[in-house]
Amino acid sequence: MTARPSPVPRGAILLGALAVMCLLAVLSIAVGTRSLGLAEVLGGLAGRTETIGQAAAGLRVPRTLLAVLAGAALGLSGAILQGVTRNPLADPGILGINNGAALAVVIGIAWFGIGAASSYIWLAILGAGLTAAFVYAVGSIGRGGATPLKLALAGAATSVALSSLTLAVVLPRADIAGGVQSWQVGGVGGATLDRTLLVLPFLGAGLVLALLSARRLNLLALGDDLAAGLGEKVALARAGASLGAILLCGAATAVCGPIGFVGLVVPHVCRLLLGVDHRWLLPASAVGGAGLLLASDITGRILARPSELEVGIVTALIGAPVFIWIVRRQRLRAL
Amino acid sequence: MIATLVTPGRHRRLTRRRAVMLALAAVVAGLFMLTLMLGQSLTPPGDVLRVLAGQDVPGASFTVGQLRLPRAVIATLAGMCLGLGGAAFQVMLRNPLASPDIIGVSAGASAAAVFAIVFLSVSGASLSIIAIAAGLGVAALIYLLSFRDGVSGARLILVGIGISSMINSFIAYALVRAPGWSLQEALRWLGGSVNAVRIEQAGPLLAALVVFGGLVLSRSRDLETLRMGDDMAAALGVRVGAVRLSVMMGAVGMIAVATSVTGPIAFVAFLAGPIALRIIGPHGSVLIPAALIGAILVLGGDYGGKFLLPARYPVGVVTGALGAPFLIWLIIRANKTGGSL
Repeated sequence: MTARPSPVPRGAILLGALAVMCLLAVLSIAVGTRSLGLAEVLGGLAGRTETIGQAAAGLRVPRTLLAVLAGAALGLSGAILQGVTRNPLADPGILGINNGAALAVVIGIAWFGIGAASSYIWLAILGAGLTAAFVYAVGSIGRGGATPLKLALAGAATSVALSSLTLAVVLPRADIAGGVQSWQVGGVGGATLDRTLLVLPFLGAGLVLALLSARRLNLLALGDDLAAGLGEKVALARAGASLGAILLCGAATAVCGPIGFVGLVVPHVCRLLLGVDHRWLLPASAVGGAGLLLASDITGRILARPSELEVGIVTALIGAPVFIWIVRRQRLRAL
Repeated sequence: MIATLVTPGRHRRLTRRRAVMLALAAVVAGLFMLTLMLGQSLTPPGDVLRVLAGQDVPGASFTVGQLRLPRAVIATLAGMCLGLGGAAFQVMLRNPLASPDIIGVSAGASAAAVFAIVFLSVSGASLSIIAIAAGLGVAALIYLLSFRDGVSGARLILVGIGISSMINSFIAYALVRAPGWSLQEALRWLGGSVNAVRIEQAGPLLAALVVFGGLVLSRSRDLETLRMGDDMAAALGVRVGAVRLSVMMGAVGMIAVATSVTGPIAFVAFLAGPIALRIIGPHGSVLIPAALIGAILVLGGDYGGKFLLPARYPVGVVTGALGAPFLIWLIIRANKTGGSL
């Protein structure tokens, strides 16, 4: 384990990140087609709807809340997946987990006539879990276990297969085909308070599992043999942490659609700032993920005024260069 | 002495190769005829041939000449472009996974075509040119980004996966914004389809096949030598850089034009090479058999999607659903044998 590069105390960095995130949350309520002043934002937050500005602020609250929750969930699940697989390229989007969740939801709607949003979440989590297990199993066959290249390839192949299957399920059903494109790119624009509150229990359970597994992830980072030698039940630790990650990204995908690269970018930046200790890395990734998603959402609204750019497109624009930077930085042996 | 030992073997392989190529060509011709004959109604082969000869046959001229012929011609040409281009990439980079639909070249051409259609209302030859330029640009970008003390196959594939996932979100963006957004149009760009093609679109495809296909095939001897490794090929007198550049240009050109007409038909470029290699054996060039297999995949996938399944599916969904398990199987096999993935 290398020494932390930064001399600033870790608590201060985390508090700073939290402050930035809160600032972004306020901005997210203030910025949009109609920009609001502080008084209007505060009025809207207090529940008043006398002016148009206050009403607009009230409408932007669920969206902001969803961006915070989904961003935190994605950042956290990325950090856990990277820790569990000891793989710098693990991300719910790259591994095809988002597509698995989408396929499960589409099958549920088309074949079983499931209409309630509360059942979507179960389906999305089921799909996410099955896909994660499958991709990890395929990627870890053979020598060297789950290397970044093998996992990324297994994920890319599975993604294409899953999106073909999603199209195949949707096509014969003209009545639900209109929703195809909403599963292609994720966004927080259609957020309502009801749907956001619906996923809250799942996110809470995922969060608890994630934070409980922080110490175990530190041990896993030493290698399976050493972790087992130190008395850790390796398989159990992995399963628990993975379950947490899948709950988090499955629930986030169920409300927002597929949003890629948040889970990839945030843990890397956090690792640069805070070092590799998961007890710090996990909370920081949650805060950072929420901040990144808020910032992407605000950027999307400013860039495409008076319309808006879906947040999934903005995160892809930010995330793909980071992905390539990570690939270039890796030594060839590790690939 | 050596001649008497070597010559019969070489002769036998050459005969076998010719027989296999003829058989593949016969399958392509058979599927082509099948596409012309079978639709909502059955047209007898005699009528089909008379329509093809330019005669006016009541009841068949419209269905065969206007509806089925463009579809069959475009499917054949696009399949050949995709198969040849994909196999050229795989041979050049000595890696079956380095196919254009995995490393993002198809996605680049596809995104450019979608943007040109949705925001600039471009069509015809200029659309092909935009798609080729974008395909080449993306290929060059991927090559440059994965260059670090030479280009390693692993880094190229990973950079390509990253780039294509970014480009796919552009496509989704353009589709959501498209005015008069129709499912039919969206499907073409999400999965690839030969529905509603027009016979004029065969022109760019044929030109691409002749110009770019010719460029690739003219380098096929050098490509064979490249299979032994860059250093060995250079020692045997191949100008590795120049060959790579011209093959890449040719392959990207074919893929880009095919993609601008049919959309990215999933996995045809990836599947054609390995299937052809399995059929034809390790001796000799895999390029022409791969082009024929590409045509078979697109014609067969289109036919199967129309008539063999409970609902009508565009060809890209069929090849995507068939190709992905093959890709996963390829990864599993390579992982098990400890291959150089």
